[in-house]
Amino acid sequence: MRVILALAVLILGSTGGEIAITHGMKATGEPARLRPLELLQFLGRAVRNGWFWAGVPLMALSFYSLLVLLSWEPISLVIPASALSYVVGTLGAKYILGEQVSAARWAGVVLVCMGVALVAAS
Amino acid sequence: MASERRLRIKTLIMVLAMVVCANAGDLMLKRGMSQIGAVQLTASGLALAFRMTVASGTIWVAILFLSGFLLSYMTVLSWADYSYVMPAGAFGYALLTLLAVIFLHETVSPRRWVGVALICAGVMLVGQTKPRTTAVVSEAVARCA
Repeated sequence: MRVILALAVLILGSTGGEIAITHGMKATGEPARLRPLELLQFLGRAVRNGWFWAGVPLMALSFYSLLVLLSWEPISLVIPASALSYVVGTLGAKYILGEQVSAARWAGVVLVCMGVALVAAS
Repeated sequence: MASERRLRIKTLIMVLAMVVCANAGDLMLKRGMSQIGAVQLTASGLALAFRMTVASGTIWVAILFLSGFLLSYMTVLSWADYSYVMPAGAFGYALLTLLAVIFLHETVSPRRWVGVALICAGVMLVGQTKPRTTAVVSEAVARCA
């Protein structure tokens, strides 16, 4: 039970954090050109966005949860289980960020999720 | 459409930069920390580890790469879908396996090869889709707001 709870915190924390940061980046707007000065200005605007800072503690919480999980369970179980975050993240992208997830993209996400689980388990 | 093609190429370059920086950063971090050795979890042990970490050139190279990862990740998410970038980033696992075989001559289990094949197929499928499906604020609009 506590393992499932920690796994939920791990997955929801990392995907929630990444979704908040994505939202912040979309609000920041893309840099006009990929030159050093423009990138620095872009970074400056990004860190003034509240959504960016909402994402950071969520990702820290997720990392802490990973450390706790690794003290309970073997790494060959923890990392494959965390591959579920690809599916959870895609659900979040669709329902929270309003992205259109086509059938091809879903199929790709499921393959990646299975692939990462296999690679991490071996 | 020319802009569609440009968007795709721009996104692929940034995802590649993301993957290379993340892997190189992790690798350098691992090398740097193994030079330092096992850290003692006492006040003096942690203080010593901290001093050795900030004095290590390898660790600073790792930090540089990981900062490059963060910057390319943030930049690509300013225009591309999260549901495009996230699975595409998993290509790093496949790349790491290939590098381990080519340079470190590691043997890779069949199960891991199946995983790598699934990741490559999945990344190719996601790569076929449109990198951006939501409206994006251009820099000019963001400045006015």
